[in-house]
Amino acid sequence: MQIKRNTLLTTATVVFLVIFLYWLSANRLQNGMLASVLQKGVILALVAVSMNLLNGFTGLFSLGQAGFMSIGAYTTAILMIPVQNLDGVYYMNGVNPGIRALKIAIANAPEFIQIIFPFIALLLGGLLAAAAAALVGVAVLRLKSDYLAIATLGLSEIVRAIFSSPQLDQVTNGSYGLNKIPTFPPMLWGLIPSFVTPFVIVAMCVVFIMLLIKSSYGRAFKAIREDEIAAEAMGINLFKHKEMSFVVSSFFSAIAGGLLAIFMRSIEAKTFSITLTYDILLIVVIGGIGSVTGSILSAFLVTAAKEWWLRFFDQPLLIGDWQVPLFRTGFRMVIFSILLMVVVLIYRKGLMGTNEFSWNRILGRFKRKSSVDEGGVK
Amino acid sequence: MKKLTVCLLVVLLSCSVLFAAGSAEQKTDVKEVVIGVFEPLTGENGGGGYQEVLGMRYANKVYPTVQINGETYNVRLVEADNKSDKTEGVTAAQSLISSGASVILGSYGSGVSIAAGDIFLDNQVPAIGASCTNPQVTQGNDYYYRVCFLDPFQGTVMANYAWQEGAKKAAVITQLGDDYSSGLGNFFSRAFKELGGNVVSEQRFQTNTTDFKSILTNIKASNPDVIFAPSSIATAPLIIKQARELGITAKIMAGDTWENSSIIENAGISAEGVVLSTFFDDADPATAEAAKFITGFKPYLVENKQPEIIPAVSALGYDAYITALKAIEKANSTKGPAIRDALATVELEGVTGKITFDANGDADKDMAFIKVVENGQFKFLKTVSVL
Amino acid sequence: MSRDGRPSRLIALFHWIGFFCSFLFPVLIYTFSTGCLHGTTAKFGYGEIRMTMTTILQHCLTGISLGGAYALIAIGYTLVYGILRLINFAHGDIFMMAGYFMIFALASFPWPIAIIITLVVTTVMGIGIERIAYKPLRKAPRMSIMISAISVSYLLQNLSTYLFTAIPRGYPEIPFLKKIYRVGELSASFVTVLTPVLTIVLVIILMVLVNKTKTGMAMRAVSKDFETAKLMGININRVISVTFAIGSLLAGIGSILYFTDRMSVTPFSGTLPGLKCFVAAVFGGIGNIPGAVVGGFFIGIVETLLVALGYSTFSDAFTFFLLIVMLLVRPTGLFGEKTVEKV
Repeated sequence: MQIKRNTLLTTATVVFLVIFLYWLSANRLQNGMLASVLQKGVILALVAVSMNLLNGFTGLFSLGQAGFMSIGAYTTAILMIPVQNLDGVYYMNGVNPGIRALKIAIANAPEFIQIIFPFIALLLGGLLAAAAAALVGVAVLRLKSDYLAIATLGLSEIVRAIFSSPQLDQVTNGSYGLNKIPTFPPMLWGLIPSFVTPFVIVAMCVVFIMLLIKSSYGRAFKAIREDEIAAEAMGINLFKHKEMSFVVSSFFSAIAGGLLAIFMRSIEAKTFSITLTYDILLIVVIGGIGSVTGSILSAFLVTAAKEWWLRFFDQPLLIGDWQVPLFRTGFRMVIFSILLMVVVLIYRKGLMGTNEFSWNRILGRFKRKSSVDEGGVK
Repeated sequence: MKKLTVCLLVVLLSCSVLFAAGSAEQKTDVKEVVIGVFEPLTGENGGGGYQEVLGMRYANKVYPTVQINGETYNVRLVEADNKSDKTEGVTAAQSLISSGASVILGSYGSGVSIAAGDIFLDNQVPAIGASCTNPQVTQGNDYYYRVCFLDPFQGTVMANYAWQEGAKKAAVITQLGDDYSSGLGNFFSRAFKELGGNVVSEQRFQTNTTDFKSILTNIKASNPDVIFAPSSIATAPLIIKQARELGITAKIMAGDTWENSSIIENAGISAEGVVLSTFFDDADPATAEAAKFITGFKPYLVENKQPEIIPAVSALGYDAYITALKAIEKANSTKGPAIRDALATVELEGVTGKITFDANGDADKDMAFIKVVENGQFKFLKTVSVL
Repeated sequence: MSRDGRPSRLIALFHWIGFFCSFLFPVLIYTFSTGCLHGTTAKFGYGEIRMTMTTILQHCLTGISLGGAYALIAIGYTLVYGILRLINFAHGDIFMMAGYFMIFALASFPWPIAIIITLVVTTVMGIGIERIAYKPLRKAPRMSIMISAISVSYLLQNLSTYLFTAIPRGYPEIPFLKKIYRVGELSASFVTVLTPVLTIVLVIILMVLVNKTKTGMAMRAVSKDFETAKLMGININRVISVTFAIGSLLAGIGSILYFTDRMSVTPFSGTLPGLKCFVAAVFGGIGNIPGAVVGGFFIGIVETLLVALGYSTFSDAFTFFLLIVMLLVRPTGLFGEKTVEKV
């Protein structure tokens, strides 16, 4: 009975969300801000979940998310810029002839390939990052937690330096960044409009990650998080599982990076600096390290708050005749930082701790008030 | 107790989010047209961006209304700070579009303008750049216009001046990743080589570099007659001072970004002799509008705690604003595409001269002013026209 | 910070000097042989760079000066890690805040007083950060305290962006520090020469403090074994505060020297130097003070060399590359010692 009610509620919410997204897609112009906040939120949710997989579930404190995102973003962007815009984008130094040839081939390919090409670009970005992670993981994963953090941070900086280096000017446009990236393609021949595409892609990725966590691999990850040496004694191959977690996490971070590139329409290497990793860390910590639904919720909350508070706290506010002090550019970031410190020092579990979202607990909270002697719903 | 505080915090936060979201999209009964100001107020180009914004704000003060179809509309400026950063610029551009802007003014800094150009194009909102001189801003973008001259022109002007002053060897310093700096440096090198000169050293530095000693040491070793360093206002005094510290005596030249009194303030006596090209000279008003602007803007500067020298970018900001107003009037509408079509054929007398646009969206400007730093002030040297 | 096994350490030192010499020799020989007497053009990076003797010496001077500033900051990292096993991400931002304090102090007070005020305020801030952000988490897992360090760094950056705006602020000049001296073709300001000298002096004083005083002995004991030191009656809180105070004081001095050379402060001027200095500390052996100093100088010199050769984009990446290589090849650093992990 319990299970049936839960499935019903979950299905109802999903249907409601889908209808809401379709409505929003049709009414984009009036609700521009809401639309772009939701899209950015869902993309950051994917990165947060993949970071959570690595940090929260496997206990590997890695700060290299931005580096893998940038690999995915650059690959996707380079592959997706249309042929006619190439000279405009690479105006400073010209474009690599190999890339130009590839694009001409794509432009002349049958329509079927053209439709699925953006998704191939995303996938390629992910695979490239996964390969890089596999290579790097061999070297880096045996380090202890704080050294791992700094090593992965350093890796992300090295990737950034490589992408913005003048030597790679003809491929990545050096420090000038790439622009004229086309927007999201519609999926399934128009059944899913272009606005809803990122939501669908992220949903698929998150479902995969959740399945992974629920499987025996997931249990191995948690065992490694709790006590590495005991896990090894129990026969879990430490390196293989750590490497798997690292590679999977980088794969999805790169896909999120590619989605971010398409969302922003123009990227540069500076976008993927250490500050971005800190932002994701903020989301993960606030959501609760070890909770997938927590990361998703907090991604939306933090993105919404950042964009909307941009107008609220950063402009001078007048209540009647009195100008509220302190409201100036930059105030919202101070509030964010204080919020993060409060969460880290006091509410260490974050929004949801290590629990996932469950209808039982929400309904249980309502029930508890009315029926104290019913033994309490868990 | 803990749970109570958590609930309270969540309620407070969600309230503020809703309040902010709500207040942002309010509808007023007064007829008004919104003009978006897309400028950096912080970050590397914050100083120059602020001066441009002052020009626009002043113009809004002088011309607060516009006539559309016989009715008077209020003109409201909505400012978004792009923080001199392409990523933030994209977010700022999106927030301007969603606040209902009909025209966008800006930005100071060609890189940000190029990055945000697509967003304006997609949403069919025309943008008028005030001082972004890189050709890529308007290239291929039907919706971007600009009221200033371009870098190829500026680079040639400076190269000609250097050659005329007898320089045979030049060194060029550009900022990696800054479209304005690299573009202008490129154009200068090309023009200088065409004249027969020799570019002995081309150095590049990364954004946020504060120590130029290594680059300047290399330049000193190559012994140039003149150094061309089109960089931002933030790095200018550093380059000048550190060059003089290392004992470099070559003449230092730059583009329009260096016309800013903070450079003289920060570089002190080392700034003597620096030469630059710019858009405007307040001692010699080109038009009647210019004369009116000069007398009216000086007290406005003092009001805003700025020194009484009129920055060229403020004049350009003012021009961008009145151009936008003229286009809105001509189009008789607040819709983007209509305003854009009007911009293609608009004609008016601005502060920096007569303003008309060519097919690409660039202003038909053919005059640059060369100034030199003398006795702690910018002194007008001469005007140079297209050769 | 412990000192046993001295002979083997000397051997290790020679071992490493040999390693570097074999790495640097080809570069040095090439540049010296082609550039010694009169300049010649060598193709590196972009364009052509004429390497005369004076140019090389000028670059070396810049590099050593930068290295000195890095060394002072690296000591802060290594001290804190030795005691708390914590990477103090906020250290770089304390360095940056010291720069801002100096700007405001010099605006109202004459320079001797301003220097003293800046150093005092920086030290107090360092101790304050420890009390607020690190002390409550002493028993928490390592991840939490590191996240706390990151959030302090985040807070400091955003606070200074809010308070001082992100427009770069000009750093005021302290008159005698910027006096320019010329020796032949070489030209440098006083502060460029002062930095490495002052660094060495301060390090010697610090080593004396650590090895000969009671507080120093307490610091060494705590870094060797936290729990036992507590049991032996050492006031842990006081020792930790003293450590943070020393680290912040040195960072403050480093910031005065660094920013006087560069003349401009932004809220983000501290992040990258901070990370580089941590790498310097790891390079020299985390927990080891002379090692941190050597690491700081090494990274400063190599960074200047890379920029001089035209590979400025790689100067930052090189530091992290060095870190990864160090962590793989010799995780305990140049002068560190191996610890055994007990189950």
